[in-house]
Amino acid sequence: MSDLERIVVLAGGLSPEREVSLHSGARVRDALAEAGIHAIIADADSALLAMLRADPPSAVFPAIHGVCGEDGAIREVLGLLGVPYVGSVASACQMAFDKPTAKALTAAAGLATPPSVTLPRETFHDLGAAAVIDLIVARLGLPLYVKPSRGGSALGAGPVRTAADLPAAVLSCFAYGDTALIERFVSGTEVAVGVIDLGAGPQALPAVEIVPGEGEYDYAARYTAGKTEFYVPARLSAAVADEVARIAIAAHTVLGLRDLSRTDLIVDDAGTAWFLEVNVAPGMTETSTLPLAMEASGHSFGRTCVSLLEQAAARGA
Amino acid sequence: MVASEIRALFAVAARPEIVSLAGGSPYVAALPLDVVGDMIGQLIATQGATALQYCTAQGDAGLRERICDVMALEQIRAHPDEVVVTVGSQQALDLMARIFIDPGDVVLVEAPSYVGALGAFAAYQAAVVHVAMDDDGLIPEALEEAIRRTAAAGRRAKFLYTVPNFHNPAGVTLAAGRRHRILDICQRAGLLVVEDNPYGLLGFDGEPMRALRADDAEGVVYLGTFSKTFAAGVRVGWAVAPTAIREKLILAAESAVLCHSSFSQLTVREYLNTQPWHEQVKDFRELYRERRDATLSALSRMMPPGCHWTRPAGGFYVWLRLPDGINAKAMLPRAISSRVAYVPGTGFYADGSGAQYARLCYSFPAPDRIGEGIRRLASVIETEVQLRDDFGPAH
Repeated sequence: MSDLERIVVLAGGLSPEREVSLHSGARVRDALAEAGIHAIIADADSALLAMLRADPPSAVFPAIHGVCGEDGAIREVLGLLGVPYVGSVASACQMAFDKPTAKALTAAAGLATPPSVTLPRETFHDLGAAAVIDLIVARLGLPLYVKPSRGGSALGAGPVRTAADLPAAVLSCFAYGDTALIERFVSGTEVAVGVIDLGAGPQALPAVEIVPGEGEYDYAARYTAGKTEFYVPARLSAAVADEVARIAIAAHTVLGLRDLSRTDLIVDDAGTAWFLEVNVAPGMTETSTLPLAMEASGHSFGRTCVSLLEQAAARGA
Repeated sequence: MVASEIRALFAVAARPEIVSLAGGSPYVAALPLDVVGDMIGQLIATQGATALQYCTAQGDAGLRERICDVMALEQIRAHPDEVVVTVGSQQALDLMARIFIDPGDVVLVEAPSYVGALGAFAAYQAAVVHVAMDDDGLIPEALEEAIRRTAAAGRRAKFLYTVPNFHNPAGVTLAAGRRHRILDICQRAGLLVVEDNPYGLLGFDGEPMRALRADDAEGVVYLGTFSKTFAAGVRVGWAVAPTAIREKLILAAESAVLCHSSFSQLTVREYLNTQPWHEQVKDFRELYRERRDATLSALSRMMPPGCHWTRPAGGFYVWLRLPDGINAKAMLPRAISSRVAYVPGTGFYADGSGAQYARLCYSFPAPDRIGEGIRRLASVIETEVQLRDDFGPAH
């Protein structure tokens, strides 16, 4: 048995993904309990540092999504405290969380990612939104997909099918962040590929195919049981399944990620797999894809969490 | 339950780092909690066998007597037999809806209206028709017009639901000069009035307003609560209704909960019997007046051009109109990121309107936090105005 005497699952935070994070954290805690490990949940608030200092944990499992959780901030603080934790180091999180940076680095490594532009709201203001929008449509064509450059759970994100719809989509995006990533929309099969590294190098889990019941894979579709169908493994040819696994491992490696990640991709009708983004604190809710993929591949979710914590504890700060 | 972005945002708003001008929570920390604790201990020690037992569906007789004393402050003369104790006034709303509303029945409400009432009416598939208000509350001519239109459509409204004092969310009060007129219109139309009055004793100026029920015992169902004058957590409210309706309310309450919590009822009864509750209400009034003043002062100093707001003379709420083309619901994520929360106006309309409005509640944060929250909100609105100018109105 492990030395996991005191385990803290970090959940909550102040991003719009707080509720999702609380579900993720509770699920990780419950899975650990089933695997015989007692864990407590702590929020990233003003009581956290005193609590971690007073009774340093064997390891921390960060399950905070969005700003603070995935942008590296909380891990930077854990590093300062000398507390071991599961997952990627702060500098890697910073690159992965910023979607344009992640796209640029993975593209430089030879992965296909939809052409895009990244623009802060000041640019639209200073140069004139209409002119900038015209330029985007002329350059990238239609349809497009607009999302905040940082953030998750599809908040502020959505497809744009006509030029007339682009201003409203950019406006919705700016409700969740000050910089918009506008990329060419690729239609096809949406898949998520988890990557786990339990010491033998990053291994891809089976791809999970995501089929929203109606419309987009938006916030409601992600977190309402029954609104989305999942196929594990995804209904892909063996060659394409191998390819999405290769891309997920490549993204994990190129971005310097550690322990676990989830890469989101689209496989177009021609069979080309496009990298969209990578998550360093993937959702662990009842409707999240990473736990599904773990279970489908024969990894017990709880036992895998225990292994990740054991690895973190052994690694130290 | 369908996952909702708005609910996700309110999960963040509950954190102490956020200045929440959203939830309408009374500031119960102002109660002498040690005294209340002793009182409850004494209650259990001396009357535990009653407080922990079932009671009648109509509610404890001693409490109903005290409720009549409370209502006398608003010039309602009622007999304890006319009172039905409910689980907060929200249960009374639910029971009224259950008794009166068949799917598609028309209910008239103010524009905007209390979100909890709209939820209760929606649960019974009411066709809610909003009636315009102004700074003096419900507009009589608008009410007449709504009744006329409903009749012209071959229908008859089941009742008018109104919050006449320090309205939630609008913050306005039905002017004294309009009260008889509203009652007269309803009497002529044979329209029952449901008068919901949670804030009536929390006026900042002068004596409490005379209740509508005080002038029409047969045409008005009055709903009251101790949530704001004592403690929301005890969940004790009441309804006073004409005999036929009262009997139905008792039967419906019995069917819903068998009986209300004896413990809660006796706690309130003991509080009213043994504690200086008039003084406590006065303390609450002063506390909320200070917070109202902090709110209005900060709004005056900080809000950008194009914003307008009501100036409540009591209660908990300011109703903020945003500049043209600004959508309060669309703006909420940015506000939460800026660590301030409010309730978007659309929640207070059954027809999806109200996007340009936000409800600000000043009852819970301390005055300095209110000022900070409004400073943050003003900055968020300024950004939204710039985005509107750049991209056009949000939808």
